[in-house]
Amino acid sequence: MSALTFRGVTVQRGERVILRDINATFAAARLTVVIGPNGAGKSTLLETAAGLLAPGTGTVTLGDIALTTLSRRQLAQRRAYLPQRAGVDWPITVERVVALGLTPSLPAFGRTPARFDPAITQALSDCDLTHLRDRAATSLSGGELARVMLARAIVGDPELLIVDEPTAGLDPRHALAAARRLRARADAGRTVIMAMHEIDLALRFADDVVAVKDGRILWAGPVEAVVSADALGQLYDIAVRLHCDESGIAVRFCD
Amino acid sequence: MSRWLIPVLLVALLIVAAASLLAGTVWLRPGEVLAAIADPRPSLAGLIVTEIRLPRIVLAILVGGILGLSGAVLQGLLRNPLAEPGLLGVSAGASLGAVIAIYYGFSASFVLASPLFALIGGGITAGAALLLARGGGTLALILAGSAISSIAYAGVYLALNLAANPYASFEILTWLMGSLAERSWDHVRLAGPFIGLGAALLLMTAPALEALALGETQAESLGIHVGRVRALALLGTALGVGAATAVAGSIGFVGLVAPHLVRAAVGHRPAKVLVPAALVGAILVVIADTATRIIPAGGQPIGLGVFISLVGAPFFLWLVLRIRTRTA
Repeated sequence: MSALTFRGVTVQRGERVILRDINATFAAARLTVVIGPNGAGKSTLLETAAGLLAPGTGTVTLGDIALTTLSRRQLAQRRAYLPQRAGVDWPITVERVVALGLTPSLPAFGRTPARFDPAITQALSDCDLTHLRDRAATSLSGGELARVMLARAIVGDPELLIVDEPTAGLDPRHALAAARRLRARADAGRTVIMAMHEIDLALRFADDVVAVKDGRILWAGPVEAVVSADALGQLYDIAVRLHCDESGIAVRFCD
Repeated sequence: MSRWLIPVLLVALLIVAAASLLAGTVWLRPGEVLAAIADPRPSLAGLIVTEIRLPRIVLAILVGGILGLSGAVLQGLLRNPLAEPGLLGVSAGASLGAVIAIYYGFSASFVLASPLFALIGGGITAGAALLLARGGGTLALILAGSAISSIAYAGVYLALNLAANPYASFEILTWLMGSLAERSWDHVRLAGPFIGLGAALLLMTAPALEALALGETQAESLGIHVGRVRALALLGTALGVGAATAVAGSIGFVGLVAPHLVRAAVGHRPAKVLVPAALVGAILVVIADTATRIIPAGGQPIGLGVFISLVGAPFFLWLVLRIRTRTA
């Protein structure tokens, strides 16, 4: 399986430079969380990692292939990307939404071939959606919809999975379940990258952290090696206290 | 349900088309029609069927079909149930083209002048919308389309305003009301290839429309080139609806309504809506055209566009109310 590597990446949106000189490696079989204040460039970093934004300078490589040399379809077969607030506009069934994740592997016309049925069934059961299979996706609760979107992203078993804010708007139980499902993908050997604001949850489930501030990487590395009260305080410009016990790290922000 | 939908709609289209062949100022019996078609010698019934009603029915099917198809594609592309072909400025541009042909008297000297000008007008507005929206997203396309629509309609009203004589303004008004009366095989030959090409381009967007149900970002991430899909939809609409407006005048609502009539039957899947929506569009226009022929309105024929708007507007209202309750 392949790691994703940023080398000297600068990204612009229009005239504005969002990311400057990013050097980072997102390792295979590890869950990397991208954290940072609002407007730091996390989503831009994720979109660049997904190959949806081309870097102005520098390269992003998956294994040893630059993302820009892959065709849209090749790239879509190897990585899945889930943006923030992903939703469905028409009341199509949950099963169809999940099947849409296979779009890059399907023939251009005709129905979904039967050989894909096991993958769809597996993704539905992995995300605890079997009983919702025939429900309209627009009639689901926030937690259910988030599961459908995740199932859509993992149905093709992508080697690179990028998820922006998978826990936004979810209650603690659903947020925990979502983080656990992403953890499971990393344990299965895939490269998983997520952006997250729930620091406690992020630090509990992630292997590596990339801290982004003002379009640059402030610090990065394995959770246990780089996370400290000072490092987090510097990232968010606010005093931080860490409480460590056997269930993980609890972060308290003070003012 | 969805497996039988297309065959059922095809049969329904055949039935209304056959009924339309019989109905009109002169009512024909099925036997007369069959005899007229089988007999090579010219007869009154034969002339009515082959030279008046048949081209009109073929045009109604082509026009209704492309309006329904284009509406379904645009609703899927823009992920908006209220999208319709008029939104992109194509109908307005085609109207302006035809009005220019009438205003400057080209149509008086050459029958196909107004449809030809309309085709050019529709093409120009669609091209302008695409240029203006280039680099921007779908919202930019909608805004560019409605801006260009406004400009084109301003031109139409200016022509009405300045029309040299009441006959010219009457002719412009009649054209704006939409009609299939007095259309011949020439019109079919003019519009047919453009509508066929437009339909082919529109159908090519089908797989992308499915993925677009997840929004543009997710569709892009699934390998869909959203910009190319947008261009295909606009080009297909410009060719197809431009040609339809060129021969039939402006006809609203079919593109809006037809996709909604079949949406539930195909499980709301944006790509599966396309062909049924085209068939329903064709059925609607054939029925409406037949109705305008047989409904007596004091000797004055009712405009096809007017009739469809009269029936379509209440449906539009119902749709708004239903969407309001769904999103409330």
